[in-house]
Order: sequence, then structure tokens, then C-alpha cells
Amino acid sequence: MSTPTTFNMHYTCAISLGGTMNYFTSLFVAVLVVCTAGASAQTVEEIVEKSNHAAYYQDTDGSARVAMTITDSLARTRNRTFTILRRDVPGSDPADDAHCEDQKYYVYFHLPADVNEMVFLVWKHVLQDDDRWLYLPALDLVKRISATEKRTSFVGSDFYYEDVSGRNINDDIHELISTDATYYVVKNTPKNQDTVEFAYYTAWIHTKTFLTIKVAYIDKKGEKYREYTALKVDTIQGYPTVTKAQMKNLRTGSSTVLEYSAVKYHIDVPDNIFTERYLRRPPTKYLR
Amino acid sequence: MNPISLCIWTTALMLMLVSNSTAQDRPVLPQGLSEPPVTEGDPPALPPGLLQDDAPSLPEGPGDEPTPLDAFPSGIASSPSMPLNVTCYWELRGGLRTDNDPHEKQTPLLESRLQIAGDGQWERVVVKITADVIYDGVVARNRIQLNRGEGWIDLREANITFSPTHYMDVKAGRQVMTWGTGDLIFINDLFPKDWNSFFIGRDEEYLKAPSDAVKVSLFSSAANIDLYYIPVFDHDRYVDGRRVSYWNSSRNRRSGRNTIVRPLRNNRWFHDFEAGCRLYRNFSGYEIALYGYTGFWKSPAGVDRKNFRPTFPDLSVYGGSFRGRLFSGIANVELGYYDSDDDHSGNNPSVKNSEIRFLMGYDIELARDFTAVFQYYLEHMRHYAAYRRVLPKSTYPRHRNRHLITARFTKLLLNQNLSLCLFIYFCPTDSDVYVRTNITWKVSDSWSVETGGNSFYGRHPYTFFGQFEKNSNIYVGIRRYFTY
Repeated sequence: MSTPTTFNMHYTCAISLGGTMNYFTSLFVAVLVVCTAGASAQTVEEIVEKSNHAAYYQDTDGSARVAMTITDSLARTRNRTFTILRRDVPGSDPADDAHCEDQKYYVYFHLPADVNEMVFLVWKHVLQDDDRWLYLPALDLVKRISATEKRTSFVGSDFYYEDVSGRNINDDIHELISTDATYYVVKNTPKNQDTVEFAYYTAWIHTKTFLTIKVAYIDKKGEKYREYTALKVDTIQGYPTVTKAQMKNLRTGSSTVLEYSAVKYHIDVPDNIFTERYLRRPPTKYLR
Repeated sequence: MNPISLCIWTTALMLMLVSNSTAQDRPVLPQGLSEPPVTEGDPPALPPGLLQDDAPSLPEGPGDEPTPLDAFPSGIASSPSMPLNVTCYWELRGGLRTDNDPHEKQTPLLESRLQIAGDGQWERVVVKITADVIYDGVVARNRIQLNRGEGWIDLREANITFSPTHYMDVKAGRQVMTWGTGDLIFINDLFPKDWNSFFIGRDEEYLKAPSDAVKVSLFSSAANIDLYYIPVFDHDRYVDGRRVSYWNSSRNRRSGRNTIVRPLRNNRWFHDFEAGCRLYRNFSGYEIALYGYTGFWKSPAGVDRKNFRPTFPDLSVYGGSFRGRLFSGIANVELGYYDSDDDHSGNNPSVKNSEIRFLMGYDIELARDFTAVFQYYLEHMRHYAAYRRVLPKSTYPRHRNRHLITARFTKLLLNQNLSLCLFIYFCPTDSDVYVRTNITWKVSDSWSVETGGNSFYGRHPYTFFGQFEKNSNIYVGIRRYFTY
């Protein structure tokens, strides 16, 4: 267990003065301790916005091949392989990079065999429910799926839809509870407790890249029941990218690992890929 | 230490303890990110795979440079050949009637099925073939009849897809097509259905039978259009008595294997053609479509007056649909006018009257992994007075308006590996009910097991679901997947 480096220094200094301090000095040192421990050059809103951007909005589009391994409590595994294409819907102000707008996702399943060539299409909206479609190739059926429940398992894994496409940052109250040279530690409490199963979640955000390295979900009884960890980071086309991540369900003992390969940004994927046409006719150029 | 100093120190200590408790959960940086260099002491050795702080980011390799946009957007597959993608499954499925049917075998379903599906791309053309090799213990399948799906090979798909221009896709050959907004209710989807498979417990995918067609799709920002042409009529795989007994209106009783339905077939190439179209557009998640069809009633809907054989009279259908978000669910509305071309006035007792068909549905997630779909469906017969006037006295009359309510409940459990499904069709007009139940368990990525039932209840034996009462059954299936 390590304490933040700068905090350590001030604590040691204070103890050595203990014999001769009067309460003004105590106050000054205590305030210095607290301020150093809690000080940040950025507001918590800025930190959360940047970390949201780093997780879901790098560049304007991208693709990745994902290998998902779901391991249950008895160490049995299931594998899913899919290719995910993402495109950010241009905002009203193209110059405003920090303003996160809607997105579109195209998820094409390769494995296992029973989901081969199935496609999941999402039009993510920040201000309203998402639009979701599922294409079943054996029936040539474009099924529309209700998207109200975002905290539902994504294809049977421990990740929810909300983890894959992003939780709305306006749904939570953010508090910066500590900071050091490596991490911002942000506590996020939902504004509407009835819509979620957690009481709050704590995120460790890397100070330099704003990638979220760990998230601990605490339930209404105060116990940690779910945990996300970024296991590997690569820099791809200049963007630090999480290429291996794990979500653990501490109640059931199951865990899911996602490994991203062939990650590409700025692929100029056209908007019409995210339409019914390409559910029926997968764009092989982007899926290889 | 005085009390005020003690207070201040206690507060500072508490804050330190809070920091400490989060520090206990503090994660180690993953491979690929480095700790910032310490300002005193020796810098720590970098773990393998980490970058220097200020080192410029290196691209992964030649493959990850952004690909330049083609002259045409990716409507055209500009990539060279793709390796062949082959998936197969082998399935054993069997069913048992829960009631005795004097006209049928006790098992409506007993088969081994091997499905082999392959697709590949050569230059700009995608080829897809899916075929089922069947060993059937109920119906003799020695003679292969690809059009009707009879025989020990059922060719489900054999088509090519290509894009002559960036705004056009063409798919030609044997293909399964589906459109419309209903959940197991079809108004503007005039593609052939396999009612036998649907009622005896085959996988729901087999409800849709393939068509031999050419489909041309045109795309633009204003609207999209699908046009299809079927050179020779592809009728439904209708209930003919070989597995499922039916109401024989000419004899006023149920019949089955003793009286197989043998309609007059419309099988003259290019003369007995079908054609259809769909004009559709998505307005910010609200999908609107208009449909048209010209061809024939898909299941026998008429009688030849000379030899009393069932026929498929001419039919045209015009309709429209709407689907989109409503509150927390998805609502859909669909309407179709079934214009019976051989009997516009309703005076011909040998041909089904024109109808108006209407559907309203709502799909909602009731709880996590628990969804429900509710539908109301109406069949309104036109020229009802004429129908009643010319109807043979021995035939039980249909109602002018047939109302149908459906409800589907789906619950997923065990990380979505176990699905429980209940689908109910309830017709208050005819006083009959059809209940479909299904439990599917994905044992692993390769194996799945399912069981279910089809239950028919009807006050009368001559209504649409009531006639199938003796065919209520339960079934079991096991499937093994293979991929290459």
C-alpha cells in the first residue's frame, strides 16, 4: 500500500515539529496537508469530460476487432469475436472538440457460430434513448430493440450496454476525492438512485492520458460488487488506447476480458454504413 | 496539545484515513502506461512494453495507417477475395403429439439435420450457399424437390450479391427475405412461409422459406427502395396434411394424411411471376415504409370449380408501416389492403374475398433481460354481404372482422445463455388460442439444447387455430455448431 508521495513529505515534517507547535502552526500544516491531498489544477467536471472523451470519443471514428472471453465461477469459458465500427455524429459546432455528441456503432459478430454474421447497430443519443437494431441473417430480419434498459448484459458478458457505448456523464454527480501524480480519484453518485443498482462508483483516472484505469462499483449495502480494470494500454495513431480490459462480477464470480486488436482511428467510415443497407450487406472493407 | 489543535489534527487524520482507504484500492498502472518519473532517488526501471514519457508515439505497423477513401463509398466491395467463411451445425430434433390424431402419426417431427453455410467474396461479388441435409423419420424424402423444400436436401440459400453502382445492391438467387414490422404476424411480407415447420417445433428461423428471386435495392438520402422479381410463383409451405391435420371444408371435418392437399400449381415461368417493392426511409429513428405486391395468395385460397382442387388465386397487396420509439418502448403500426384480383366484387364463392389487414404492436422491456411484445391484429373481410350470400350452406362462415391479440414474453437467465419464451395468439372472435413455448439453453459455444411446445385450443374445429387442436405437441432438440 503506498500513500501519495507529496502527502508523505508534509506528514513527516509535521510530526517532527510536534513538540513545539502552537495551534496556529497546526492549523497551517493541517490546511497544507488537506490542500495538497485534494488540490488539482482541473475541476472534476473537466476531468470527467476528458476521461469520457478518452474512453469513447478518440478521434472522430474508429474500428477494432474485439475478442471477448467470458469466464464463469467454475472457470468455464465462452468466446465472442466481433468487429466494432464507431462514428461520431458531427456536433453543431465542428470546432468544439470537447463537446461530445451522439455516436453510431456497428457491431458485426464473427463467433461463435450461432451469432455469426449477426449485426448489432446502435445510434447512441445523449439527450434521449438510443436506437438499437439487431439483424438476424438466417431470417433476414431487422429487429428493433428497446433501449431503455442500458444496464443489461451485452451479449451475455459482464459488460453492460452502457459500458460499451458510454454512460451519460450528466447522470451522476462527480466528486474529486483525491489526486496524486498518477491518478485522479473520482467518486460518482447517480442523480437518480432508482434507475441503477449501485450507490456510487469510484474511478481511478490516469492524470496524463485521462484513461480510466479502474472502476469500483459499490452497491447500496456499501459492498463492492463489480470492478473494471484496464489491463493493457497501447498508443495507436497517437491515442492512448485501452487494448485489454476486464470486468469482474464479484457476486457471481464471473469475469469478462476484452482484447482489442487491429485498432484503427480516422478510417473515414461513411455515415451510411450505419444503416439498414449494411446490416444485410456487411461492409467487408471494414470488417477484415 | 489544546482541544482546538486536537480537533484540527483529528480532521486531518480522518482525511488521511479516507485517502488511505481509496489508496488500498489504488490500481497498479497497466502495461503500456508508466509512472511519472520521481523527482528524487533513482528512476524505477520501466516494465516491459512501456513507453518513455516524452517519446513520440509510434504507429503499430504498416497496417494501421488510415486507408484513403475510395472513389465510391463502400457500397462497392473494393477489396480482393475474402477467405471462405464456413459454419455448420448438426441437429437432432424430435416431437410428440400430446393428443391422439387419427389422421396423423404420433410424431410430427423426427429428424437429423446438417446445415452447411458458406460465403465467400471474389472481386466484387459475394457468394452465399446454405444447404440442409436431412434424414427424416416422418415423411419420406427420397425425391428432392428444391422449390418446395422436399427431399433430403433443402437448399436454403444460393445467391450472389454485388453492387453495379455505389447506390445500388443486387442479390440474385435463392434467398430468404423479410420485411414488415410485426412479430410473427406478416401483412406486407408476402415472402413464403413454412407453416409446417412453424407448427411442429422446428427452429423459428424455418418459418421463413426461401424465394428464388432477383432483388434490386436502390439507396439515396431521400429514400430507399427494394424491388424484387420472382419468375415463378413461390407459394407458402402450407399445411397439406402430411404432418399437420387441418379442417377440410369440403368434407366438414378434419383431414390429414388421408387427404393430402394438392392444389393446382401456378408454375409457368415468367407467366406466373410475383413482384414486390418497398419504399422506406428512416427519419431519426422513425421508420416509415410503403409496400406493394402483385402475385397470388400464398396459401391455397380458392377452389377450381371443375375439379375441386385448391388454387392460388391472383392477389395484389398495397400497404404501409411505421415503427419508432414511443415512451420507453418501440411502437409499430402496419396496414395492408389485400386485393383479391379474381374476385373484386366478392360474388365468387371459389375465391377468397379482398381483405384489409391491420396491426398495432408495442415492444417493451419490463425488467432487466425480460421483454414483452403486445400486438393487436385485425382481418376485415370486404364485401361480406356478398360472401355470405354465395357461401355454400354447408360451410361454416367466417366473421367479417377477425380480431387477434398476441403477447410474447422473453426472459434471459444465466448470462443470457438460457432463454425462456412464451408466445400466445388469442383470437376472441373465433374463440381459439395458439401457445408457443420454448426453452433454449446454450450449454457452451458449440452445444445448445432446446425444448418447447405448440398448443392449440379452439371451441370450434373449423377456425384457424382450432382446426389444429389435434396437432398440439412438445419437442426436444440438440444442436452442435462447427466453424472453420
